Amino acid sequence: MVSAVFHSPMDASLPLPRAGEGRGEGVPRAEAPSQPAPVAREQKPRTPIDLRAFWMRVLPPLAGFGLLVLIWELIAMKSTTGFPSPLVTWQQALTVFSDPFYSKGPNDQGVGWNVLSSLQRVAMGFGLAAAVGIPAGFAIGRFEFLARMFNPLIGLLRPVSPLAWLPIGLLVFKGANPAAIWTIFICSIWPMVINTAVGVQRVPSDYMNVAKVLNLSEWKIFTKILFPAVLPYMLTGVRLAVGTAWLVIVAAEMLTGGVGIGFWVWDEWNNLNVANIIIAIFVIGIVGLVLEFALIKLATAFTFEEVKS
Amino acid sequence: MNDDSKYIEIHGVEQRFKTTKGSFLALQGVNLNVAKGEFVTLIGHSGCGKSTLLNLIAGLTTPTEGVLLCANREIKGPGPERAVVFQNHSLLPWLTCFENVYLAVERVFAATENKTQLRARTDAALALVGLTPAAQKRPGEISGGMKQRVGIARALSMEPKVLLMDEPFGALDALTRAKLQDELLAIVQKTQSTVVMVTHDVDEAVLLSDRIVMLTNGPAATIGEVLKVDIARPRNRVELAEDPVYVHARKAVIDFLYTRQAHVEKVAA
Repeated sequence: MVSAVFHSPMDASLPLPRAGEGRGEGVPRAEAPSQPAPVAREQKPRTPIDLRAFWMRVLPPLAGFGLLVLIWELIAMKSTTGFPSPLVTWQQALTVFSDPFYSKGPNDQGVGWNVLSSLQRVAMGFGLAAAVGIPAGFAIGRFEFLARMFNPLIGLLRPVSPLAWLPIGLLVFKGANPAAIWTIFICSIWPMVINTAVGVQRVPSDYMNVAKVLNLSEWKIFTKILFPAVLPYMLTGVRLAVGTAWLVIVAAEMLTGGVGIGFWVWDEWNNLNVANIIIAIFVIGIVGLVLEFALIKLATAFTFEEVKS
Repeated sequence: MNDDSKYIEIHGVEQRFKTTKGSFLALQGVNLNVAKGEFVTLIGHSGCGKSTLLNLIAGLTTPTEGVLLCANREIKGPGPERAVVFQNHSLLPWLTCFENVYLAVERVFAATENKTQLRARTDAALALVGLTPAAQKRPGEISGGMKQRVGIARALSMEPKVLLMDEPFGALDALTRAKLQDELLAIVQKTQSTVVMVTHDVDEAVLLSDRIVMLTNGPAATIGEVLKVDIARPRNRVELAEDPVYVHARKAVIDFLYTRQAHVEKVAA
């Protein structure tokens, strides 16, 4: 249920890598004409089809971006509040990215530093959440008592906006940075706990029967059966957790201040530098896309097909 | 040798399952002895409790009434001395064929043998089913028949006292099935294993078994008839086709299944 809720927007936001995967065989074919063709008759009719496939991959995304820029340009033209046009933003982006790692005191640092500090917070909070959430998920999945014990708690706490936990973090840790990390921890722990637990509960009974017949030790059951069987579910949880963490960090940093991409957005708003805000939006989007893509690649590398026949 | 005629003993076994609609009586009053080195098949319509009986012998489930013995000891749980070949092969998809078999070999022999010996055992088991070339492949990369052979190799590698097979060839096409049946005949001839096999294929039952145990339709299924198949081994499928004993045995099983236990649709559904 949880994954279904999270999946659809993310899948939709990722047309590029998906299309690439789906057409894996199309790539070598597209290169075929450049190779010496032994049978010319066979090559000729294929070429136009390859071109069409190529354009189907390139044209729609380009059209999408074109539409975005067009609407943006229209809004900028009609705007009376100084909304920057794409061209102005592009020029501003060139200046911003010409020196991403400058540092003029704690409140004025380059965009590179801001992104890195945000990523560091996400990594810390997410790492702690993984260290707690994944073992907890295994325990909840394996023992029904624990599942019945924790399911109501998870049900109660999961829907709470992570930002509601920020004051508690500020109170307990007495610092903006640990409070932000705490917020990331609390928002990224649920998908990992839930997905790992579901994965453990869905280990095919056949595998557990093999374990029973062989009389395997608990350690062998864990390393040879449970862990590999749960890994795909666990990685889905990790992916969802990182996605949520990246969503939340921007909001958390707006409230806590310091160095970070979220704070940068807020700071540029106070400076009324709208072009930089738009640049920040693109940076956040691209970083999120890269994180998601890397984790999908990781997940497919550990997913074993053909389990049942 | 008296002991050998009662290697597996099943006394008054009854099995009930709790379902949402109340308890369901699957098996009732099952009594059977299997001799050492004997090949017994359990045959009956779908849903008659063949697999339930096999799981009881395996120790994966415990009976609600009655008792099961193996070599004079009560069967209290599953164990490697009663190896099971599952219907759907149940290989672990993240391990290679070698590793799948090695997992079993390691479990049984690691206490007494070193790694080289364990590896040799694994290789021997794979060689027995003719899969040495596929040893380093994952189950996803080999055919259904090969997977089933790895499953058999895994079971045999443990040198079990009893080999339990739950419709091991059910999911295979007829030609592959025939090939594996012949291989199984040769292997059992060599290892002299005690085998209990569940099947719904009449020809398979007659070809392979020393005795065919025919189960009545469930619920409350029990043993309807036991047929001894008096055909000398090694058996040859082509010659057997016209053997009067074979034809008679086949007729007897078909008669039991389709004339006397014909009301199957209600139960199977």
